[in-house]
Amino acid sequence: MYNIFNYIEKRSPIHDLTGATKLLCLLLWSLAAMTTYDTRLLAVLSVFALVLFPIGKIKAKDVSFMIGFTVVFLVLNTVLVYLFSPHHGTEVYGTCTYLWGLSGHFAPTAEQLFYQLNYILKYFATIPFVLLFVCTTNPSEFAASLNRIGVSYSVSYSVALALRYIPDIQKQYHEISQASQARGVELSKKASLINRLRSASSILIPLILSSMDRIDVISNAMQLRCFGKNKKRTWYMARDFKPLDYISIIVCLLLFVTSLVLTHLNGSRFYNPFI
Amino acid sequence: MSDYIIEFKNFGFKYRAQAEPTLYNIDLKIKKGEKILIAGPSGCGKSTLAGLMNGLIPFSYKGEMTGSLLINGKESREMSIFDISHIVGTVLQDSDAQFVGMTVAEDLAFALENDCVSLNEMKERVKEVANILDLGTLKKHAPGELSGGQKQRVSVGGVMVSDVDLFLFDEPLANLDPKTGKQAIELIDDLQKKTGAAVVIIEHRLEDVLYRPVDRVILLNEGRIVSDTTPDELLSSKNLEMCGVREPLYLSALKYAGVTIDPSMHPASLSDLVLSAQDKDKVRLFYSQVQNIKDPSVKEEMLEVKDISFTYEKAEKRTLNDISVLVKKGEMLAIVGTNGAGKSTFSKVICGMEKEDGGEIFFLGQNFADLSIKERAEHVGYVMQNPNQMISKVLIFDEVAMGLRLRGVPEEEIKERVEKALKICGLYKMRNWPISALSYGQKKRVTICSILVLEPEMMILDEPTAGQDYRNYTAIMEFLKVLNERGITIVMITHDMHLMLEYADRSIVFSNGEIIADKSCAEVLTDKETVERASLKETSLYHLALKCGVQDGTAFVQNFIDYERGNVRRNV
Amino acid sequence: MKKLSVKTIVAIGVGAALFFVLGRFVAIPSPVPNTNICIQYGLLSFIAAVFGPIAGALAGLIGHFFIDFSYGWGVWWSWVIASAVFGLLMGIFCRKLKIDEGEFGKSGIITFNVGQIISHLVAWVVVAPVLDILMFQEPVNKVFLQGLTGAAINIVTTAVVGTLLCIAYSKAIPKKGSLKEED
Repeated sequence: MYNIFNYIEKRSPIHDLTGATKLLCLLLWSLAAMTTYDTRLLAVLSVFALVLFPIGKIKAKDVSFMIGFTVVFLVLNTVLVYLFSPHHGTEVYGTCTYLWGLSGHFAPTAEQLFYQLNYILKYFATIPFVLLFVCTTNPSEFAASLNRIGVSYSVSYSVALALRYIPDIQKQYHEISQASQARGVELSKKASLINRLRSASSILIPLILSSMDRIDVISNAMQLRCFGKNKKRTWYMARDFKPLDYISIIVCLLLFVTSLVLTHLNGSRFYNPFI
Repeated sequence: MSDYIIEFKNFGFKYRAQAEPTLYNIDLKIKKGEKILIAGPSGCGKSTLAGLMNGLIPFSYKGEMTGSLLINGKESREMSIFDISHIVGTVLQDSDAQFVGMTVAEDLAFALENDCVSLNEMKERVKEVANILDLGTLKKHAPGELSGGQKQRVSVGGVMVSDVDLFLFDEPLANLDPKTGKQAIELIDDLQKKTGAAVVIIEHRLEDVLYRPVDRVILLNEGRIVSDTTPDELLSSKNLEMCGVREPLYLSALKYAGVTIDPSMHPASLSDLVLSAQDKDKVRLFYSQVQNIKDPSVKEEMLEVKDISFTYEKAEKRTLNDISVLVKKGEMLAIVGTNGAGKSTFSKVICGMEKEDGGEIFFLGQNFADLSIKERAEHVGYVMQNPNQMISKVLIFDEVAMGLRLRGVPEEEIKERVEKALKICGLYKMRNWPISALSYGQKKRVTICSILVLEPEMMILDEPTAGQDYRNYTAIMEFLKVLNERGITIVMITHDMHLMLEYADRSIVFSNGEIIADKSCAEVLTDKETVERASLKETSLYHLALKCGVQDGTAFVQNFIDYERGNVRRNV
Repeated sequence: MKKLSVKTIVAIGVGAALFFVLGRFVAIPSPVPNTNICIQYGLLSFIAAVFGPIAGALAGLIGHFFIDFSYGWGVWWSWVIASAVFGLLMGIFCRKLKIDEGEFGKSGIITFNVGQIISHLVAWVVVAPVLDILMFQEPVNKVFLQGLTGAAINIVTTAVVGTLLCIAYSKAIPKKGSLKEED
C-alpha cells in the first residue's frame, strides 16, 4: 500500500535524531525560509539542505518522483508570476532596469529576474528539507513527536489515526469505485460537470457512511483500552534526546534568528543589490 | 472479594431511543476461570449483554438499567469504563477497527501507553506478550501486512497486556476462514488455561466453538435467557431449533437417521460422542437409503476462462497464475480458498475491474476483452460483501433504478424493469421506503436487486452471508436459490463450509493464485490435502461416517446433501 | 480548550484520512486543462457540519498537510491554514444543524450552503492570498485570481457533493415512523 511518508529505514545521524527534534527543526527551518527573502540566507539554506542528504544517506533516486511534482509546480508558478506581474520586481526593489534594450509591459527587467531568482531559491531553501524529513522520519514516531513538542495528545493521536487508516480507506475507495463503475457510474470527461460531481457522490456516499460506522467502532475500541483516561500518556515510540538532538535544534534556531536579524538590518525582507 | 467476576441480578435494560427493553430479568453469574459461550440469533440481546459487561453501556450507549450488575463485586454503574477495562478485556469482531496502532508493537502497547506505563516497562511487557502469542517476528509489521488470524492475535494481545480477569470475545469467528477459525478457538482455549482468566465467547456458530470444550452455554432469545446449561444438555434439548441457532451438522445427520440424542452420549464433541451399535446401524441404513439426485441435462457453456494471469502493480508475485475455468449455464458454484489466494481478484478480472496480463475470457462465445466494465456488468453482475459499500441512494426504488438511469434507459421502461426486479426480490411492497429502515439481510437483497435489474445471465457474490445468523443466512441463500432456479448462474466466493455443502453444486478451490481442485463440494471437504491447502476444515459429517463404519465418507456426505435438498424444506 | 471526546478525536483522524485519499488519489477532470476538481472540500464541510468546528479545522489541517507532504513540494502553510479556516467556519455556521439526529430539511440545506459559500470566500479569497503575500511576497493580482478560481470551484463542488452527503447521512439514520407496505 501507498506510504505517504516515503520513509526509508537506514542508519544515519539524521535517522538517529528523535522525531521531535526533526519536527522542531522542520518548523524552525520553514519559518526561517518563510520570513526572509534575503538572497544570501536563502542560498545558504539551499546548500545546507543539500549537504544534509548524503549525511542522511538519501539518494536522488529515492526522492526522484517527488522532485518531479515539485518541478512542475515550480515552473507553473514561476510562469504565472511573470505573466500576472512582470513588474513585481520593480515594485519590490524600487528601480527599473530594462534588459537587452527591450521595453514594454512584458519586457524583462533585472529586478524582475532577480525577484524570480529569489522566488525559486525560496523553493530550494524549503523543499529539500521537507523531502529529507519525509524520508528519514518513521511515521510511527510522528505522533509521539507532536505530543513532545507541545501538541495535546488527543490531537497527536488524531494524526496517528489518520496515518493508520489512510491505506484502509484508500483500498475501500478503490473497491467501491470499481463496483460503481460496473453499475454505470462514470467520472470521465464525457459527462457534464454537475453529472460528474453527482457520480462522484454516488461513490462517496457509501464510502463516507461506512466511515461513520468505522468512527464509532474505533472510538469504542479505544475507550475499551483506556484511551482518554489520564491527562497524559506515554508513547511506545518515544525516544530520549541525545547531544546531537540539542545541537540540531540550536543550529536551526540560530538560522531562524539570523533570518529575523537580516530582515531587521535590511529594513525589509529583501536583500536589495539595486541601490 | 466475591468469587464472581460478573453477576447480573434480575437485570433489565432499555436503550434510550427504543420503546421496548432489550434485556429482561437477566440472572447470570460468571466465576473466575470459567469458559462460557453466549449464543442466540441476531437481535437476541447478546451484543447488549456484552456491552454491559465491558462498560460500553452505559458509557457510550445510554439507556435505563433495572436490577443490579456487579463486576468483581462492585456495582457497575458506579465504575468508569476504564475501571472495568482492567477487569474485562474485549476483543471486538472487527479486528481492523480494534487495531489502532501503526504497527503490531505499538498496538500491543496501546493500553499501556494510556495507563502512562514507563517506556522500559512497556517494552518488556510488549515483548513478553508478543512471544506468548507468537508475534515476536511481526512486531514492526503494519496491519496491512498481516493475515486475519494474525490481526486477531494482536487484538488478543492488546487486551492481554492489561492482565484482565475476563476475556470477552465478540463473534471471534466472523471474519476468519475455517482453518484460522479453528486456530482461534485453540488460542482462546490455551489463553484460558495459561492465564486462568474467565472467557466469554459470543458466537452463533456453535459447532465451530464447541471444537474445544466450554463449561456452559447461555442461550438468549428475545432479550431473555432461554437456557443456561452444559453443551451436552443444550444439544439434547429442542431449545436451539426454537431459537433459530444451528446445531452441529453431525447431530442433524444423526437426527435424520432417527437417532435420539441425550446428554449421556456427549453430543457436544464428535470425538467423545458415544454411539450404540444400534445407532450406528441407523446411520448406515440412512446412508444406504438416500436417493441420489442426478441431473442428466447437458448444460450449455457460459463462461470460459483460459489461462488468465494477473499481477498487481508493484507486486512481485503473480496473484493469478494461468487460471482456466469453465462455468456452465444455470450452475450454482462456490469459489473457496484462503484470503489472498486470488478468489476476489479472479472475479474482478472477469468483471473487468482489473485487467489481466494474459489469457482470454469468453462469455457465451463472445470475447470479453472487447467489453468495458460497464458493458460486462450487463452479463456478469458483481455483488460486494458489505451491502453498505454499494448503497448510495436514499430510497429503495432509486437505488435499484440507478444502473438503468445511468445507462439512459427511458423512464417508463425503468419503472417496469425495476418493479419486476423488486417483485422477484420480495421488495416491491417496500419500494418507497428509505433503505436505512431495512435490516442487513434486506439491504443485501436490495444490492442484489440493483444488479439483477440489469438482467445479467450470471452473478458473482462475494461472501453473501458473512457474519449472518442462521435465519438471515437461510433467507439470503434460499433467495439466491430462487434466482438460480429462474436461470441465473450463481458464483459465490465464500469461507462458509455449510454454504458450500448446502447450496453449491461444485466448488473451485484457489490456493496461491492457482486452482488446486475443481469438483463436488462433498469431494473437496473430505479430501485432506485440499482442505489443508485451502485452509478449510474437514466436515464433521465425514468423521461421523468413519465413526459409524461407513467406508466411503465422501459418498456419505454427498448422500446427506442430497437428502437435505430432497426432504428438508427450510422455512424462510 | 474543552477536552475533545474520543469520538471527535477519531472523527478528526478518519476525516483527515478521507480528505487525504480524496485529495490525493481521486481525480475528476475539470473543464480547465490540467486541473482537477477537489471533492475533498465536500467531505470536509460534512465532517465540520456533523462533528463541529474543531473537528473541521483539524481534519482540514492534517489532511491538507499530508497531501502537501506526500507530493514533496514543501508544505504550503498558507493553503493548509486556509483549509483549516474553512473547516472551522463551516463548523461554526452549522453548529445549530442536527444532521446526526436525522434533521436536514430545506432550511438546513440553505444554512449549509450559505455557510459554505461564506467560508470558502473567507478561506480562499482572504486567508490564503493574504498569507501568500505575507510569506512569499507574491504578486497581489496573481494570488487573488488563484484564490477566486479556487473558491468558485470549491463552492460548486461543496454545493453538490457536501449537500448530497448531508442528505444521505441524515436519511441513513433510522427514524421511528410509520412505514406502510404498498401494493
